[in-house]
Amino acid sequence: MKITVTINGADRTAEVEPRTLLVDFIRTNLGMTGTHIGCDTTSCGACTVIMDGKPVKSCTILAVQADGHELRTVEGLKHNGALHPIQLAFKEHHGLQCGFCTPGMMLVGASLIDRNPDVTEEEIRWGISGNICRCTGYQNIVKSIQAAGATLKEAAKETSA
Amino acid sequence: MTTTAHPPRTTLEVGGLGHSVRRKEDDRFIQGAGNYLDDIVLPGMLHMAIVRSPIAHGRIVSIDASAAQALDGVVAVVTGEALAAHNLAWMPTLSGDTQAVLATDKVRYQGQEVAAVIATDPYVARDAAVLVDVEYEDLPAITNPQQALEEGAVLIRDEKEGQTDNVAYEWETGHADTTDRAFADADLVVSLETHYPRSHPSPLETCGAVADVNPATGEATIYMTSQAPHAHRTLFAIVAGLPEEKIRIISPDIGGGFGNKVPIYPGYVVATAASLLIGKPVKWIETRSENLISTGFARDYHMKGELALTKDGRITAMRAEILSDQGAFYADAQPTKFRAGLFHICTGSYDIPTAHVKAKGAFTNKAPGGVAYRCSFRVTEASYLVERLAEDAAWKLGMDPAEFRRKNFIGKDQFPYHSPTGFVYDSGDYHAAMDEALGLSSYSDWRQKQAAGPTSDGKLIGIGLASFTEVVGAGNSKEYDIAGLKMFDSAELRIHPTGKAILKLGVKSQGQGHETTFAQIVAEELGIPFDHIKVVEGDTDNTPYGLGTYASRSTPVGGAATAVVSRNIREKARKIAAHLLEASEDDLEWEPGKFTVRGTDQGVTIQDIAFAAYTNHPDGMEAGLEGVHYYDPPNMTYPFGTYVVVVEVDPADGTWKVVEMTAVDDCGVRINPMIVEGQITGGLTEGFAMANMQWITFDDQGNCIGSNFLDYLIPTAYETPKFRLGETVTPSPHHPLGAKGVGESATVGSPAAYVNAVLDALRHSGHEITNLDMPLLPHRVWGAINGIQVAP
Repeated sequence: MKITVTINGADRTAEVEPRTLLVDFIRTNLGMTGTHIGCDTTSCGACTVIMDGKPVKSCTILAVQADGHELRTVEGLKHNGALHPIQLAFKEHHGLQCGFCTPGMMLVGASLIDRNPDVTEEEIRWGISGNICRCTGYQNIVKSIQAAGATLKEAAKETSA
Repeated sequence: MTTTAHPPRTTLEVGGLGHSVRRKEDDRFIQGAGNYLDDIVLPGMLHMAIVRSPIAHGRIVSIDASAAQALDGVVAVVTGEALAAHNLAWMPTLSGDTQAVLATDKVRYQGQEVAAVIATDPYVARDAAVLVDVEYEDLPAITNPQQALEEGAVLIRDEKEGQTDNVAYEWETGHADTTDRAFADADLVVSLETHYPRSHPSPLETCGAVADVNPATGEATIYMTSQAPHAHRTLFAIVAGLPEEKIRIISPDIGGGFGNKVPIYPGYVVATAASLLIGKPVKWIETRSENLISTGFARDYHMKGELALTKDGRITAMRAEILSDQGAFYADAQPTKFRAGLFHICTGSYDIPTAHVKAKGAFTNKAPGGVAYRCSFRVTEASYLVERLAEDAAWKLGMDPAEFRRKNFIGKDQFPYHSPTGFVYDSGDYHAAMDEALGLSSYSDWRQKQAAGPTSDGKLIGIGLASFTEVVGAGNSKEYDIAGLKMFDSAELRIHPTGKAILKLGVKSQGQGHETTFAQIVAEELGIPFDHIKVVEGDTDNTPYGLGTYASRSTPVGGAATAVVSRNIREKARKIAAHLLEASEDDLEWEPGKFTVRGTDQGVTIQDIAFAAYTNHPDGMEAGLEGVHYYDPPNMTYPFGTYVVVVEVDPADGTWKVVEMTAVDDCGVRINPMIVEGQITGGLTEGFAMANMQWITFDDQGNCIGSNFLDYLIPTAYETPKFRLGETVTPSPHHPLGAKGVGESATVGSPAAYVNAVLDALRHSGHEITNLDMPLLPHRVWGAINGIQVAP
């Protein structure tokens, strides 16, 4: 089947089998390997992407279900060549070690602070509980998301001022 | 004595020891630009899927691959028979046993590799794997070591010459006579039987390989999720009979290892054999279920421990007896000489005059492994046993557990300390770490709260301690080898004419941040800014030989090699500086990054010297500024610490939550404090996982319970406690930087602290508990409170 998605702002069309998982479509057909696969059961969140503004696990969606939809992956976090505050915060607060869960964690984190830059630690811990990290113990991931929220808020203040 | 970290000698821009510089590797990871195994795509690449046994024990009657072979897109189906024709059906394990690559005679655990399908597409490969029809004749499954050792138990390893029972190994160390005498004279004996359950490291990235054998040259490039690429290359050469210079192992970015990526797995071997036979690159990527059911598990130790005590609370002897569940093949990744890893560190932080350890391993119909899961070779099990015993002893004696530990700690003046089982502890100050932990955790306040009774909502307060001592950084090479390969490690450093550097290592990061930490060591030693130093690992063609990264050995061994090679280069730099400054070498003084003539302001920078090494070096001197060093550590390092956990147990349903967790670690000198703390919070989480929820078990047919992340529970951010960290710094006297290694301390030390806290809550509310096995699932805790036998 032929599908078209808008991914990180660009339209991409490809021929896929109906059974192709969205994550395989992104990684194999589109060659964007920042989205990872960590389990077979929708448990780990390494494959998280943003679809129509909401984080989804791309191992549990068929590529054909994304036809006509808008996707954002880790490769699309940068804006006008500048790193997104969540990317800067993960580096600054040591929110990653092996880096395998990081794209999914950052996308969920970015979506949490998009909704509420003042998101609390408890809300973050619940919000990222669909994403597993085996390295960090989460403490610095939480810190990174909170710090990115603060940056967003600061930026919003400056824009409105 | 306790010291604070040495103030850094270099500026933040140079980034030597003690600076929390941000990690070099992060720039690619935060942009989704890492290069993990599954990201590797080669022209013409084929895909492999493995056919696995659905049963735990059975004879293979027949394999019919015709339907699979007929499927469009299938290139080949590989069976054990096909491999046997090339003498590849069996391979050696890291503990001197043999393991089936693809089963030829019978299957010995659920998930064992039976055949492999090679196809043009990964989906088709999996479709075809389902079509491979294997007929089995069922045999009884043995699912625990006690069963394995029963009279008349079915023989699992019937192919092994001379094997007449299910015993994998027997081993003992220490002193039986003096230990027995001390027990006979004891005022009190405390004993504990406990099972450290089977666990699995389950790094978020599963294992995989892309094997690319060039049919024209016979050269094999094998991309592998490997924590030890050099050792793997040598073993590949031996197993496959390929010339070693024609094998290149590349271990790209690794998405977590934790010991799981130390062994060689059948999938790597079959993918390589398939590429060799077909002449095209072959990719194999495990699914999560395959990773959990078939690759290196950890723990599964049935332990009996005893302490002999005086009535005033001194430990006079320790006895430990282990029965280990090895699975179907004895494949522990551990030094050859020691059959139960370094379990004999089990006297821990205590000055115990004599000890005796006996260990026996049994084959069972479960996956092989026995890897050091975020742990130095069975040190986790040892530390857990002694810290559980210490808690029980204090309770029996009516002593505060902190006081009991303090009374028995090895004193700071006793180092180097000779342990009764033969270790020489390099340095420590256990009382200081304990003081720090008790202070930070407001220990006495919590005891007062506990004495006041349950919380207003009826929760029982418990306070648990653990004061662990780890042994990491293998070797020395005289005593420690893996599969005959001596446990040294290496560093090669080249300073380019413009003063920039490249450092190549025999170890391999799986997320620990080597590119940053090791650059900081060079920055410290040579004053070259860490940003100007590139660190390369994981490519056997381009790095010096090393044994790899596990058992917290990178900083103790690879880090030492880096410091020494840097110092050697500094000595050559001194000669060049003397030449440039027309001064005597003896008149030169070093400060990071610069030689100056004593008493003058004349000097040359390391960058000037590097340029001269290629443009203006003294007559008779070899050009260039580079070196390689193979470091053979004189001893292991012994990190330690004290952890304090406060829990609330709900007696109504047996659930418990961590109210506070305080961890004071002493890993010697910290190179990058930010990275060290990240290692600790990660390890504390894995310790919590094992105490609270994470285990792999089997039903009586040998079906694996825990074959996916819905059954094998891993803590998310929501369940994971918050951690408070503290430190003391007792440098290692024999390590060039005083560092000890830290990757595993928290996983080694913390499980006992969590368990002790729950036991403490129950005991202080009137429940006499002898033992609770991890994980402390709610129904187990509830059963203990109510004196009711519950299902495991």
